Amino acid sequence: MPEPGPWWSALLLPAVVAVFAAGACSLDAALRARTAGAPGPAAAALLPVRSAAGLLVQQRRRTPAADTLLWRTAGVALLAAGVLASLVTPLGRWSVGDLSVGIVWFNAMEIVAWGAVWLAGWGANSMFGLVAGYRFVAQGLAYELPHMFALTSAAIGAGSLRVADVVAAQRDLWFVVWMPVAFVVFLLTVLAMAFRPPFDQPTGQDVAGGVLAELSGVDRLVFLAGRWVLLVSGAGMAVALFLGAGGGPLLPGWLWSVLKTAAVLAVLVWAGHRLPAVRMERFAEVAWLVLIPATLLQALFVSILVL
Amino acid sequence: MCPVWREIVFWLCAAGAVASGIVVFRVDSMARATFALLASFLFGAGTILLVELTYLGILVVLMMIMEMVIMVVFMVMYMMNPAGLMPMSMLHNQKGSLAIAGGTFAVLAAGVYLVDWPTSRAPRPEQPVYSLGEALMGSKMLVMIVLGLALFATIVATVVLATHRGRYDRYGDRLDRDRPDDPVRGGVGR
Repeated sequence: MPEPGPWWSALLLPAVVAVFAAGACSLDAALRARTAGAPGPAAAALLPVRSAAGLLVQQRRRTPAADTLLWRTAGVALLAAGVLASLVTPLGRWSVGDLSVGIVWFNAMEIVAWGAVWLAGWGANSMFGLVAGYRFVAQGLAYELPHMFALTSAAIGAGSLRVADVVAAQRDLWFVVWMPVAFVVFLLTVLAMAFRPPFDQPTGQDVAGGVLAELSGVDRLVFLAGRWVLLVSGAGMAVALFLGAGGGPLLPGWLWSVLKTAAVLAVLVWAGHRLPAVRMERFAEVAWLVLIPATLLQALFVSILVL
Repeated sequence: MCPVWREIVFWLCAAGAVASGIVVFRVDSMARATFALLASFLFGAGTILLVELTYLGILVVLMMIMEMVIMVVFMVMYMMNPAGLMPMSMLHNQKGSLAIAGGTFAVLAAGVYLVDWPTSRAPRPEQPVYSLGEALMGSKMLVMIVLGLALFATIVATVVLATHRGRYDRYGDRLDRDRPDDPVRGGVGR
């Protein structure tokens, strides 16, 4: 049964999230290197460190009449929300804050990405960024509604919006066993909300990098880090809501949490490399006609079982 | 949280909400105006969280971010000053609104001090908000549920009526087309 950790766990949270994000980023670079054929995956795994250091010393690119305030806000908001989304996620027995409505909190923090991506697109005063920002807003509901119903299924299963209660309800049987649809939809929409491939339309090649087109230097680093952190938070929540959090034999709870989160994260990154890019207008229809009814039926199934 | 901190946070939220509310009308850009309004709502959510209405407070955060992101699209689309290129004032009927706002504030503030508020000896219930909700809404829940359905049906009907391409455009005048005639193919293989 997770409980609120000591006050210093709040200081530890960004570090833990950052380690996961760095790992995911390295895996991503290694997979990309393997696809390209060079250099060796081990060397490629260190590439993100090099590019992060490069971004730190790079001078900012400027665009005429950019809205600098909103542009910078985008990256900071994305990164802060990504970290804060993990506030309620338990690591073994402890979570930083055990809100009575933790699931809603997590969702609220994810939604910040919606605003952040639009702001990043708008702030640069560049056509490509603007197109990409509007793309994400247009897709928002198609991502958010199935996501919300997947979260709802887990909440109904535990009869509570508190993440600790959801974890406690999975002591005997993980939720993934009797809510597989919600789990799969949750993972899909976590990828989508973090605009990772195959849902990377807002940063797509066809719009010259989209919201990233004009981002440079430390602003770009903050924004990209925020995107990875958001994905990490999604993976962590998937473990807490569907995979029994720290539950498991032999090993201590925190280690199980770490292992499961790393595994889910690896699957998400790997899927981004294996799946072809999803066209927006197609996904919107799939979301509304397939995913939403499927998650609704899943929620109905869970409700009947709980009753 | 100890009362002093509660007090400090309340005044920070209150001042922040008013200040960002003023900013909405001072900036030129519709994007800035919208996100200043969002900041104002977030400060408002802070005060709701202070009275321990956690669900309501976080829901305000969630809904307001979604709403403002949608609103910014329409603000930029319809307002005369899309990106600060054509300066315009968002202040209308200044004297009238000043009088209304001042008057309302005066009436409410006077009410706080002048009205003889009833006091009760009954002990405070365990969950005051819950009990209040039960007392106000308990017997009318069925009406509200039906009302909710009616409202939702109205929304759906409005969208259906307003949609640019209806089923006759897609499936032909006799609705006998096998595949809909869409400008862009959808994702479920039709």
